[in-house]
Amino acid sequence: MKAGIIVFPGSNCDRDIQVALGQSLDSLPDMIWHREATLPDLDLIVVPGGFSYGDYLRSGAMAAHSPAMREVVARAKAGVPVLAICNGFQILTECGLLPGILMPNTDLKFVCRDVFLRVENPSTPFTHHYEDGEVIRVPVAHHDGNYFVDPDTYQDLIAHDQIAFRYCDDGGEVNEGANPNGSLDNIAGVVNRDRTVLGMMPHPERLADEQLGGTDGRALFDGLVAALS
Amino acid sequence: MTQNIDQDVKQDVKHDIVLDPVVEITGDLVAEHGLSEAEYRQVLEILGRAPSLTELGIFSVMWSEHCSYKSSKKWLRTLPTEAPWVICGPGENAGVIDIGEGLAVVFKMESHNHPSFIEPYQGAATGVGGILRDVFTMGARPIANLNALRFGDPDHPRTRHLVAGVVGGIGGYGNCVGVPTVGGECTFDASYNGNILVNAMTVGLADAARIFYASAIGIGNPVVYVGSKTGRDGIHGATMASAEFDDQSDEKRPTVQVGDPFTEKLLLEACLELMATDVIVAIQDMGAAGLTSSAFEMASKGSVGLELDLGHVPTRESAMTPYEIMLSESQERMLMVLKDGSEDVAQRVFEKWELEFAVIGRLTEGGHMVLKLDGDTVADLPIAPLADAAPEYDRPWTLPATNPTQVAMPAGEPAEGVKIDLADALHRVLSSPDLAGKRWLWEQYDHMVMADTVRRPGGDAAVIRVHGSNRGLALSTDCTPRYCAADPLLGGRQAVAECWRNITAVGARPLAVTDCLNFGSPERDDVMGQFVGAIQGMGEACRALDFPVVSGNVSFYNETNGVAIKPTPQIGGVGLIDDLDLLVDMGFCSAGEAILVVGKTNGHLGQSIFARVIEENESGAAPPVDLEVERRNGDFVRDAIGQGRITACHDVADGGLLVAIGEMALASTLGARLHYPAGGADAAGFWFGEDQARYVVTVADRDVDAFVAEAVRRGVRVFTLGMVAGKDLTVGTDTIISLGELRIAHERWMPHYMAGGAQKGIEPGIEPGN
Repeated sequence: MKAGIIVFPGSNCDRDIQVALGQSLDSLPDMIWHREATLPDLDLIVVPGGFSYGDYLRSGAMAAHSPAMREVVARAKAGVPVLAICNGFQILTECGLLPGILMPNTDLKFVCRDVFLRVENPSTPFTHHYEDGEVIRVPVAHHDGNYFVDPDTYQDLIAHDQIAFRYCDDGGEVNEGANPNGSLDNIAGVVNRDRTVLGMMPHPERLADEQLGGTDGRALFDGLVAALS
Repeated sequence: MTQNIDQDVKQDVKHDIVLDPVVEITGDLVAEHGLSEAEYRQVLEILGRAPSLTELGIFSVMWSEHCSYKSSKKWLRTLPTEAPWVICGPGENAGVIDIGEGLAVVFKMESHNHPSFIEPYQGAATGVGGILRDVFTMGARPIANLNALRFGDPDHPRTRHLVAGVVGGIGGYGNCVGVPTVGGECTFDASYNGNILVNAMTVGLADAARIFYASAIGIGNPVVYVGSKTGRDGIHGATMASAEFDDQSDEKRPTVQVGDPFTEKLLLEACLELMATDVIVAIQDMGAAGLTSSAFEMASKGSVGLELDLGHVPTRESAMTPYEIMLSESQERMLMVLKDGSEDVAQRVFEKWELEFAVIGRLTEGGHMVLKLDGDTVADLPIAPLADAAPEYDRPWTLPATNPTQVAMPAGEPAEGVKIDLADALHRVLSSPDLAGKRWLWEQYDHMVMADTVRRPGGDAAVIRVHGSNRGLALSTDCTPRYCAADPLLGGRQAVAECWRNITAVGARPLAVTDCLNFGSPERDDVMGQFVGAIQGMGEACRALDFPVVSGNVSFYNETNGVAIKPTPQIGGVGLIDDLDLLVDMGFCSAGEAILVVGKTNGHLGQSIFARVIEENESGAAPPVDLEVERRNGDFVRDAIGQGRITACHDVADGGLLVAIGEMALASTLGARLHYPAGGADAAGFWFGEDQARYVVTVADRDVDAFVAEAVRRGVRVFTLGMVAGKDLTVGTDTIISLGELRIAHERWMPHYMAGGAQKGIEPGIEPGN
């Protein structure tokens, strides 16, 4: 299996995801500079976290127009799986691969801490190593993670089982206190209708190593590799 | 571009200085530039003529306290700076130490106090930016940021605004660059009401064989400007940092620079990419005093001259004068000397990262810095006298009278036999502004990016894994200003000792420190005396603990309307852990384990948090610091951790024994049962005294005998205080302190305060957000 990570000016979780995903693969994923207008053959594309183009204008807005992203959109539409984390999620909503937008957190502050997520849809290549309703602990680190969609789109997401993760408490209850950013219905991650594209604000790559305090993120990468190899 | 400069050189061999006819150098103008009459006479002597305005500006910043260290040099030289593992001590952009396996750690701490008080978000943000550049300039990838923050009284009307701005600025910058902010301090004291302290530290990792220095060599080599364009911001920032504040300081806001962390991230990646080639001869970031300082330092260190054509400097605004270009403190800029002919290689890298790249001059013989614009020579200064022969003062000083040496409280002392309410006292101490949980701050900092943060903020020392290995770096910043105010010598000693102790408490071997020395005006004998005393104490501790100073920064003039801050010699230390599997945490691990105290408890309450919070008495003496005992106790603890005999460890610092135990319980979900020792010091002194060189450790039952026997053998005092048990803290038979309530009290103060709630302490029944 061959994975590639798109690197924008200002990406800063590119190495982290390379290492975490690399643990589940035989070799490290390739780094692909954002100016590449043609991508190599890839079984998985990763759009990593960070502050692409400084998040100027609007988080993810400028990266969505880079040459590599035009190619990522085309590949995604052709069915190549795309994993987008944090800034990557913001970029994918900007280029229309995923519905909704990510607004500033309701308290207007950056938040970095572990949160609990409830796995809402284990029937995707990203989440099939988790149980339905499983509670996992993964960190968030963002200023703009407040997910929002209009009511019609929201109904659509529900109807097609597109909500991958919701913020919850340690007992798995989805409530306001467990929501770090004000996102609609505690949504932490969504998939496209084909379930080949996942966007999520939390960082599974940061807790995929016992030494860093947890390994709940690891099953996402192991699951992806198992599904795509 | 290169050709143009060569032509200019040929055309202007006469070096006629274009003196701005409009600007006459008057006494007032000299004074406005912060130069004394004596210093101006020296300018005239060096030049043999009156300076141009540009030249006056250059002298002004180069000889400012901030750039020249003219009042502190004499004393800084007394600090120990060498050890077998030191690769580069003070004098470069940052200190460099060898951590083995071909790797070096590059680190430094720097103040950004004045700008942060005037414009807290940008002041703090650019402070982080500046210290990051100091580290990656030397070829290191920054892997951790720390910051030590000192704010005014929480009741002061400006404090909340300053905290919000500074924390926002630190996070806004560091988070974007993608370097984790993993530790630091945040305390409050009225002496900082008009002059907060923002001390930022960066730690980087480099190939020990590829450290980059600022020494410009090779006549004819091109001088290259990279990064952001130069604007009119921050002109005379270094001069601002060398004067005290008054009520008009707000008018200085335009001298605060604006940071762009995105450009910094690009500059970082571009520099590291170019450093992987062999084209860089020397590199220096443009920090305080901008192009002036970087050009001078590089030329001075390499004993060469240079000629710059200011017309080639990328500018953000049109018609900038040479004066403005030379003194701008626009951020995210670097100056490099490349090997001649390698300009194209470098240019390609910087164009890839969409940064400015311009050849602005060449190294020359003759030791002069010649600046040209449009073919005219606008400045011609001999480098050596300016950079090296800058003024150096032996300022008069008097050691301030130290507070009376007393172990117990002078007044309001809990009388022998009178029981204090331990539960109430612990609640109040742990929810006081200095000891309350600071989660509100560090959750705004990305402390996990780079995925090597092994110990997150909130413990003794942060621990960062050396990427791709099982080794780690332990990092801590420390200083107790109230000790320094009571006795600068003891305070200086204690700051170093506590840093060493924090690094030891996770099991790491302390290697070296950086310092950031924040004081009032050196022109006052008593302040200078505080400085001299603190340096002496630091030097003693650094020598006794083999903990050399490898980099640092002095920030004088931290005073407003003639009132100085408490002396704050901030220490930032780095230690190494060879095997991360042996790391210990401060949280209790398992019920039944014995709780032991390492070190002697005398019950010294002078200058303690207890005295300050409960007794409202700040007149006591600072605790004594016996460096021999410090070393013996610490070496014992570290060895025991290395042998796997200690399961949890926490140093005893602010707040004393009961606070240390409370923090260990709060870092876990387990409580403790503590024996109330009969006799000895009184209860307040025993539980809240701040005797130094102490640790609280937990040891599994089966290891206790061996642990105690080893301590006795090494002459280390230990005694068993209790055991890990239950969900609460139980002291003696009748005092039960609910861990749940303690946690709420400890965590609530900071968010409650920032939401506009009660300031000094939390009143029962008041909910956050009121």
